[in-house]
Amino acid sequence: MDQFQIAEYQMDVLKEIGNIGAGNAATALSKLLGKQVDMKVPSARLMPFDQITESLGGAEQVVTAVFLRVVGEVPGNMFFIITLESSKRLLNRLLGMDIGADGFTELEMSALAEIGNILAGSYLTSLSDFIKLNLQPTVPSLAIDMAGAILSYGMLQYGQMGDQALLIDTTFMEGNEEVEGHFFLIPDPESIERIFHALGVPPS
Amino acid sequence: MIIEDIPIIKVGMADMNAVQAPGVLKTSGLGSCIGLSLYDPINKIGGLAHIMLPSSDIARDQSYHVAKFADTAIPALIEQMVKLGAMKSCLQAKMAGGAQMFALASSEMMRIGPRNIERCKEMLSEYTIPLIAEDTGGNYGRTVELDCSNGVFLIRSVQNGVKQI
Repeated sequence: MDQFQIAEYQMDVLKEIGNIGAGNAATALSKLLGKQVDMKVPSARLMPFDQITESLGGAEQVVTAVFLRVVGEVPGNMFFIITLESSKRLLNRLLGMDIGADGFTELEMSALAEIGNILAGSYLTSLSDFIKLNLQPTVPSLAIDMAGAILSYGMLQYGQMGDQALLIDTTFMEGNEEVEGHFFLIPDPESIERIFHALGVPPS
Repeated sequence: MIIEDIPIIKVGMADMNAVQAPGVLKTSGLGSCIGLSLYDPINKIGGLAHIMLPSSDIARDQSYHVAKFADTAIPALIEQMVKLGAMKSCLQAKMAGGAQMFALASSEMMRIGPRNIERCKEMLSEYTIPLIAEDTGGNYGRTVELDCSNGVFLIRSVQNGVKQI
């Protein structure tokens, strides 16, 4: 199989998936915070590996990431990624935790993983309802590290077939961008056709 | 004060490059990937590859970047360095990366870091290149730089700061 092609009308469908998933997750976050959470228009693109960290500020940018492997009929990788500053504010708002300059405690990391789990869970549930296919998240794990080191995990499945990966990226922010983050959904290559098939999208 | 302008050459994911001193080769954000460097200390020629997966057997088409897989990256890097004037018998290897970023790694794909390390070592011994230093494994990301004037391999990480091997 060659580098696969995705037509523009198919990309629109993938954007809509990002819209529905992240929309529900943003609602969940808004309920947690008791504040309005806004969302940018999702992007769905085939990205060269090198550029996949661009929207996060480059491969060396340190971020907080919750990773969930998605299993079921539409396997893939899901990342909930927020900046370090945003994760401190999030903990402070939700749990009244005051985070010092020297990193996170185990309890704080666990709280962040759980927030990521709730949000990614609501993303995936709404997605599953929409495409009527079974998908389940695995147990979340948290890493605070370089964006490149983290996101490369989501691209391994694509490494077998080319030099780019399909990324559905949705940015959300609360208030005056005090909490800003991303949902990245990277469906495995074979999942893309299944999504289109389930939604009755014609092949390109 | 003299500020030397040493060119820094960035090596992207699944890519590689080689250069003669002065020059620094750099690759960023290694997680489960490997930053593998080869260095000829006599001719001061260095090479760096950002290896993503252990074996090209799994490639589903033939038009892949050779640097993506350990088994194709190492011979290709040697060849590129020999073209620049490096002596194959002088080459020394250093490598970093191969981490397991997420604790709950159940599937085989998630164990890719250790498998990358293993495969790189096999390939190096196949080409009888000594691995003189490594900083591999763990659960954290790394950025590496190879200084081609002296072969120093610099490793930067969020948790452990900077170290040289």
